[in-house]
Amino acid sequence: MAEPDPVNDAVDAWITREDVQSASSEVDDYGKYIRRKWIFIIGCIVAAFLASGYSLKVGAYDIGYAETYQTIWEHITGNIRPGNDDYVIWDLKLPRTITAILAGVGLAAAGAVMQSILRNPLADPYTTGISSGASFGATIAIGLGLTIGSAGYAVIANAFVFALIPMGVIMLVSKMRNASPGTMIMAGIAVMYVFNAMTTMIKLFVDPDKLSAIFEWSVGTLEGTNWDNVQIMFVVVLVGVILLQLIARMLNVISTGDESSRSIGVDAEKLRLIALLIVSLLAAGVVSFTGLIGFVGLVCPHIARLVIGSDNRYLIPASAAFGAALLLVADGIGRWVISPSTIQVGVITAFIGAPLFLYLIIKNKKDEW
Amino acid sequence: MAGEELDFRKPILEVRDLAFGYNPERTVIQDISFTLDKPGFTCIVGPNGVGKSTLIKCINGIIRPTRGEVKVYGRDVSTFKLKELAKIVGYVPVMTGSYNVMTVLDAVMIGRYSRQKWRTRPEDIMVAHKALEAMEIDDLAMRNFNELSAGQHQKVSLSRGLVQEPKLLLLDEPTSNLDIRHQVYVSAFLKRLCDKTGMSVLMISHDLNLAAKFADRIIVMGPPGTIHSIGTPQEVFTEQTIRDVYNVRCKVIDDEGKPHIVLEYVI
Repeated sequence: MAEPDPVNDAVDAWITREDVQSASSEVDDYGKYIRRKWIFIIGCIVAAFLASGYSLKVGAYDIGYAETYQTIWEHITGNIRPGNDDYVIWDLKLPRTITAILAGVGLAAAGAVMQSILRNPLADPYTTGISSGASFGATIAIGLGLTIGSAGYAVIANAFVFALIPMGVIMLVSKMRNASPGTMIMAGIAVMYVFNAMTTMIKLFVDPDKLSAIFEWSVGTLEGTNWDNVQIMFVVVLVGVILLQLIARMLNVISTGDESSRSIGVDAEKLRLIALLIVSLLAAGVVSFTGLIGFVGLVCPHIARLVIGSDNRYLIPASAAFGAALLLVADGIGRWVISPSTIQVGVITAFIGAPLFLYLIIKNKKDEW
Repeated sequence: MAGEELDFRKPILEVRDLAFGYNPERTVIQDISFTLDKPGFTCIVGPNGVGKSTLIKCINGIIRPTRGEVKVYGRDVSTFKLKELAKIVGYVPVMTGSYNVMTVLDAVMIGRYSRQKWRTRPEDIMVAHKALEAMEIDDLAMRNFNELSAGQHQKVSLSRGLVQEPKLLLLDEPTSNLDIRHQVYVSAFLKRLCDKTGMSVLMISHDLNLAAKFADRIIVMGPPGTIHSIGTPQEVFTEQTIRDVYNVRCKVIDDEGKPHIVLEYVI
């Protein structure tokens, strides 16, 4: 028999493994590795915090960077000073900033989870049809006046409801056949084309005023939000991200493939449907208020993945924090470049995000997927 | 534990009248019955497409058999919650999925899912390290999984199967990409592990000589969908059986009490 001794020693070492409870250099090393992930997450949160000050300051009625934070602090603690500062910062400007944060968090977290469950680097709220559904819903509300909700929420309610249709189709298809990730993406793309075609058809017949309103919605904007909207968005995003975080460890198991994840203890098909439901509610909740803000959902998770890896327990918060920071910076730049006019935030996220993304792809020689 | 209790005096695995087909006319396996009444190292051998992987997936509940039953410690596998079954039956598939950007250590610790809460405990880290040591790849722990070779991937997957700490480990060609040292090493390791811990391994293999050297039992499959014979290597590895099942000519010689198959390289 070939070399029995090393085998025997290895088996004994594996069977006995006495020191597994005690601390060791291996555990310390892993702790350092996890700490690096936290540093990225905290760094993004700090960046988002600093960028939100700029986003509140820029534009008309600039009261200064530090004063902006001070005004908010005074509002929170109840010492509101007389004058317009509080009204302008708290009532007029802050909802927009918070919308940016919530949109960044929601879209990036949704994108990260979509990529994980569909095992596809191109999965995001666009390729899975959510955006096209929302867009169609908004288009028929603005263009044809066909609405589900009442006055103030007409467009939002339409966008939200129609955003969920592609997901419904994907789930239906995956119930009829096996829920393989490839099938689900193809179903999403098919639905996307149908919705886009219908949207285009409506656009051909509406008058120019409505057309421009539809266009404005479709590029995505943070303007026109108020505290009422922010509250709804906040609840949707908070609940969505918490739920995703709870299933994060199961999402890691899925990455080993459907069959082995079943043998490790996770029903991949069921989890994929649950995750898809959470993610579509989350993305629809954001998109219906802001319109289509592209790129954040696709690229933020990739950048986070390149920096901290694919462990969903850390990837979801990291993507979310990075998404918030990116959207705030993009919005700040969009309002500064040709001020007093504004470039839509979706345009700027693409301008900042794409080169950054390309740089990371080139620099990072190893294959990400 | 929901449903029936486990009876550890019963065999770890009983398979009775098992059949599976993607459609009713064409079955992949049929009338499969066998029992692993003693712990040990069992190899499943047989030609391509004979249903070896399908059999293993039925045992594990990955695919639902169209007929028959699979019992683990006297309890039907379909009544287990996946997480409960994962503590008893482990499975390492032939193809490893992509782990995205993940360190080898993280990839191995995925196997701890059924024994772990949301947080990673020091114990999980240490068990994963020990498993990597057992597969002689501890130095790769913090490397990116995707940078490794096919053989290294197999060792990582085997480590993942080990950290699950199952009573029955199902392996689908775990040594196909390994170098000759590690083919022998892994086979010997599994055999020794069964002997010392009372664990059972059910492994699909194409290397008949390796199976003959280390396995306690051999299940020979063929013609497609059926079991040809079950027994010790000495009992099943005969020139006639090899010829019937694989349609190749060979000589079976004695190698220190174990059969050794020498192909004639004539088809």
